[in-house]
Amino acid sequence: MPQQVVRLGIVVLILGAALVTARTYLIPETFGRLGHYRAVALDANASRPMVYAGREDCGVCHTEQAEKFSVARHQTLSCEVCHGAAAAHIESPSEHKPPAPRDRGYCPLCHGYNPSRPTGFPQIDSDTHNPGQPCITCHDPHAPEPPNVPQDCSACHGEIARTKAFSNHASLECTQCHQVNERHKVEPRASLPTKPKAREFCGGCHGVGASSPAEIRRVDLDSHWPRYVCWQCHYSHYPEVQ
Amino acid sequence: MNELVQIQRKPSGKVEPIAPERREFLKNCLLASPFLVAIVRVAAQQTEGAANGEYRPEDHFYGMGIDISKCIGCGRCADACKTENDVPRDPRYFRTWIERYIITTEDETTVSSPNGGIDGFPPAVSEKGILRTFFVPKLCNQCANPPCVQVCPVGATFQTRDGVVLVDEDYCIGCGYCIQACPYGARFLHPVTHTAEKCTFCYHRVVNGKIPACVEVCPTGARIFGDMRSMASPLTRFRRFNEITVLKPQLNTQPKVYYANLDGEVS
Repeated sequence: MPQQVVRLGIVVLILGAALVTARTYLIPETFGRLGHYRAVALDANASRPMVYAGREDCGVCHTEQAEKFSVARHQTLSCEVCHGAAAAHIESPSEHKPPAPRDRGYCPLCHGYNPSRPTGFPQIDSDTHNPGQPCITCHDPHAPEPPNVPQDCSACHGEIARTKAFSNHASLECTQCHQVNERHKVEPRASLPTKPKAREFCGGCHGVGASSPAEIRRVDLDSHWPRYVCWQCHYSHYPEVQ
Repeated sequence: MNELVQIQRKPSGKVEPIAPERREFLKNCLLASPFLVAIVRVAAQQTEGAANGEYRPEDHFYGMGIDISKCIGCGRCADACKTENDVPRDPRYFRTWIERYIITTEDETTVSSPNGGIDGFPPAVSEKGILRTFFVPKLCNQCANPPCVQVCPVGATFQTRDGVVLVDEDYCIGCGYCIQACPYGARFLHPVTHTAEKCTFCYHRVVNGKIPACVEVCPTGARIFGDMRSMASPLTRFRRFNEITVLKPQLNTQPKVYYANLDGEVS
């Protein structure tokens, strides 16, 4: 065999051996077993300790509360939403006591009025809704029924009530336009109030031929955007807004 | 009768040697036997594993659904995530957070997320009229085609067989390429370990049959977690009965966080 081929062969062999040695030492043991990563990282991720126990585990001991809770309006909540992470409490129940928020600041995190929240979600204005009193004086957080059936609409619809109060519609009762079932007061979303369905309803005061006082603005129902119900453009709780 | 026996026997009385094909067959059987045993063992193990309730990643494929029309922006998810995963309380580090969108009548959009929404949101105020406003919870989208995994120079971030993108924090060199590559801003560099961090879908909970902490505490059920390999999964139902959007679909990252009732303004 020619000498140069032999020499080249030796060089290739040395390089090959170096590559194999480098691979053995540099590539972690479990790298590539499952993919382009160390398989042991899966176990590292999966073996972290759990901090939240999950609501199923709470009911094992606290059967009475769990039963009451399962039919209450807060049934979609996990116990740990208010009482905090409780895996440690399950480990040693007497050593780790889950806290119960009793101050007025906690409930408004969900129930404080905020226009970004979805319509119909029960909200209060913390400044005007029995100021100074902790929520739990009137409401049982495990079965949060309204303690008294609300007497007027503003108890829940404060924002609308305040807007309407300085609008041209201030003197109108809510029931002038909305028919409200009694059930709406205790189960707001189970029975929604009605809205006027026809243009003629607003036309009763605002139509050209209406018998209402002369200072009320008139509009010709036949020519003024006949395809729409009035409240599709005009905000009835503050009608003068453009 | 005697004649017949004599014909079958060799005149020498020796037993006839086994035919070559038969020998070959027996040899092959002998060679194959360890493999056959192995196959039977693996099959037995698999059925045993499934019967024992042992976790098998290839049986699952996880995703999350988020219903924007149910999110009340209480921030309990972001808070629970920090507790569960020991994320620094500093308002720069989040695995999940809530954004509030305010779109004015002049079509200007403002997005804010004070401390990720953990302390609640201040009242929505805008000098111009508010046209619409809503909350959007965000987290790692656990992309099926994850750009962060592509760019990692050492293979410290990867996609598991059950569809979760994880970080190997003992192997991460903290170069931050993945943080740059993520189009959703879902990753950050941990200030103490100096390794990349992100939402893991609470992998340590999921493999133990629990749901992620954020889903556990969501009071309105706006977050839904489930296995897409199963038809009887809350997520499968969620995806059947809602019009689903994902964030930045044009990037072909194929996110596995599915939004329902999402505004077109959200990116």
